[in-house]
Amino acid sequence: MIPLLRRDLMLATRAGGGFGLALVFFLIVIVLVPFGVGPETDILSRIAPGILWVAALLAALLSLDRIFALDHEDGTLTLIATAPVPLETVAVAKSLVHWITTGLPLTIAAPFLGVLLQLDPAGFAAVAGSLLLGTPALSVIGTFGAALTVGVRRGGLLLSLLVLPLYVPTLIFGAEVARRGVAELELTTPLLMLAGITAGAVALLPFATAAVLRMNLR
Amino acid sequence: MLRVRDLAVARGGRTVLEGVSFDVNPGEALILRGANGIGKTTLLRTLAGLQDPVAGDITFPEDEGAYASHADAVKTALSVTENLTFWADIYGNPVPDMIWDAFDIADLRDRSAGTLSAGQKRRLGLARLGVIGRKVLFLDEPTVSLDGFSVRLFTNFIRTEHLAKGGVAVIATHIDLGLSAPTLELDTYAASDRPARSSSDEAFL
Amino acid sequence: MWEYANPKRFMGWTAPVLPWAFGLSAVCLTIGLIWGFFFTPVDFRQGSTVKIIYLHVPSALMAINAWVMMLMASLIWLVRRHHVSALAAKAAAPVGVAMTLIALATGAIWGQPMWGTYWAWDPRLTSFLILFLFYLGYMALWAAIEDPDTAADLTSVLCIVGSVFAFLSRYAVNFWNQGLHQGASLSLDKEKNVADVFYQPLLFAIGGFVILFFALVLLRTRTEIRKRRIGALQRREG
Repeated sequence: MIPLLRRDLMLATRAGGGFGLALVFFLIVIVLVPFGVGPETDILSRIAPGILWVAALLAALLSLDRIFALDHEDGTLTLIATAPVPLETVAVAKSLVHWITTGLPLTIAAPFLGVLLQLDPAGFAAVAGSLLLGTPALSVIGTFGAALTVGVRRGGLLLSLLVLPLYVPTLIFGAEVARRGVAELELTTPLLMLAGITAGAVALLPFATAAVLRMNLR
Repeated sequence: MLRVRDLAVARGGRTVLEGVSFDVNPGEALILRGANGIGKTTLLRTLAGLQDPVAGDITFPEDEGAYASHADAVKTALSVTENLTFWADIYGNPVPDMIWDAFDIADLRDRSAGTLSAGQKRRLGLARLGVIGRKVLFLDEPTVSLDGFSVRLFTNFIRTEHLAKGGVAVIATHIDLGLSAPTLELDTYAASDRPARSSSDEAFL
Repeated sequence: MWEYANPKRFMGWTAPVLPWAFGLSAVCLTIGLIWGFFFTPVDFRQGSTVKIIYLHVPSALMAINAWVMMLMASLIWLVRRHHVSALAAKAAAPVGVAMTLIALATGAIWGQPMWGTYWAWDPRLTSFLILFLFYLGYMALWAAIEDPDTAADLTSVLCIVGSVFAFLSRYAVNFWNQGLHQGASLSLDKEKNVADVFYQPLLFAIGGFVILFFALVLLRTRTEIRKRRIGALQRREG
């Protein structure tokens, strides 16, 4: 797993690796929202947690099709499948790299971009915390979707269609945690649900991802 | 070392080869020949475990098989050394020193793989076989886009570094590699027109 | 029992069943809808708009049941590799999506006079919208994969994983709407506060929808089997 992680991180940070694309996209959405809904401070600060979550989700979605497609095109995926690395491990490594290159930077950037949306400073921790807890689920679910569409040429739109409904529970609970955190309300239930979804997805989906990869490489 | 009995393989729901049987002993190679579309790639992929056989048995020592397709699997954003180190790490081996001269890539070590010519990329792709330390190689058209000199390099590598050390290789190729190895003509195993055995199409015929 | 799932046997026993199934569903639907539309009293609260219940409830029921059927068919395909099972799941999806659309449309038409709006982010409506997206994704994946066995495998896994997330979404949506509005004031618990006069024709309508679904899935499965057969014959001829 370590060599795969190291290589994928190296590829992501080299030229054309797409590191930072998700972050730029995140920034663009956050900048565009006030132009769309108007500059009123109270409206912006009210929708800020939700917008940050939706923008983070879309930014994560944007980079999903790179997860397996490049390795599939140049034949590397076939060779990895015959290498002494279980495909389950490959799935975990790929999800982890996706999270390190998108989920983690988005989490760190969210409070700063929240400033643009008049996010109450008291809510910075809640927004960043909910993203920290929820974005791993986005990466793992997305990796599963990327594995499903690995054999499909120009599968980007299909991938979005498959993954979006799977993202709904994570988005609902994640944004709810952020919203309640900003409003300083009781947030135990959504927090537990969000943690549960992430834990369940991280524990179980790599098996589904590996099964799907095997089917696709046949 | 490699034993194949009564193997039948399918592509796209249709059985293409059946009754394939052969043995390859340590230190031996087997050349696969046959017209385009006969099923060489399908057979090699089945041998490598990438797809299930329709029927028959394949036996070779566990964790000794390796496959090389006609794709190079070279990452253009990485350097030549980084490409090889990755595969060595995946298989838990060091990169052997002989590999640089064996494939004539010593001068390219620090070059980005994206700047290599097609032939150099191919040699880098083949050099992977030298770092993974596997005994049973399944090679699909390994010499595509190689010139005569590089083909000799490759043949030499297979003979002295692989076969001489007790490895075996099954190679699908159209050209004469200059290996003294038996040839398997796949045309004789082409599946007949009668309903394909237990492939998925059969249920609908 | 599994032998009836062999494609040839399936084609054999479904041919005579189909006209009876369509006929029976037509009879049930005619009785249920005419009885329901013209021979039930007008509800004192909701007026005549309540009568859309005879389309709304059965279609909503079948929208969910179709997905459950696809889930079971997917499991059978993955475990037992019965081709008809995979093709039945594929055949059920467009029927299920049609049922979902009918449920959403009739819900909107009913919602307009009752709630004053065509669309509310009511937990039930929202769940059906998400279900609709699941159907779309499932069908798009079938359409995108060329090899039929691979497509069957991949869509089966998607159906299973999707079912888990659909279930989670249902719970999440309930929670989410409570979180926004206090109490689900817009949601009417339809099935439970239906009086007997409305209930009997509703049973006919539901029965008619169930049989119609069954007949449509059989018909579409037969079409899918024929398509596979054409493909297999073409490949055999080279």
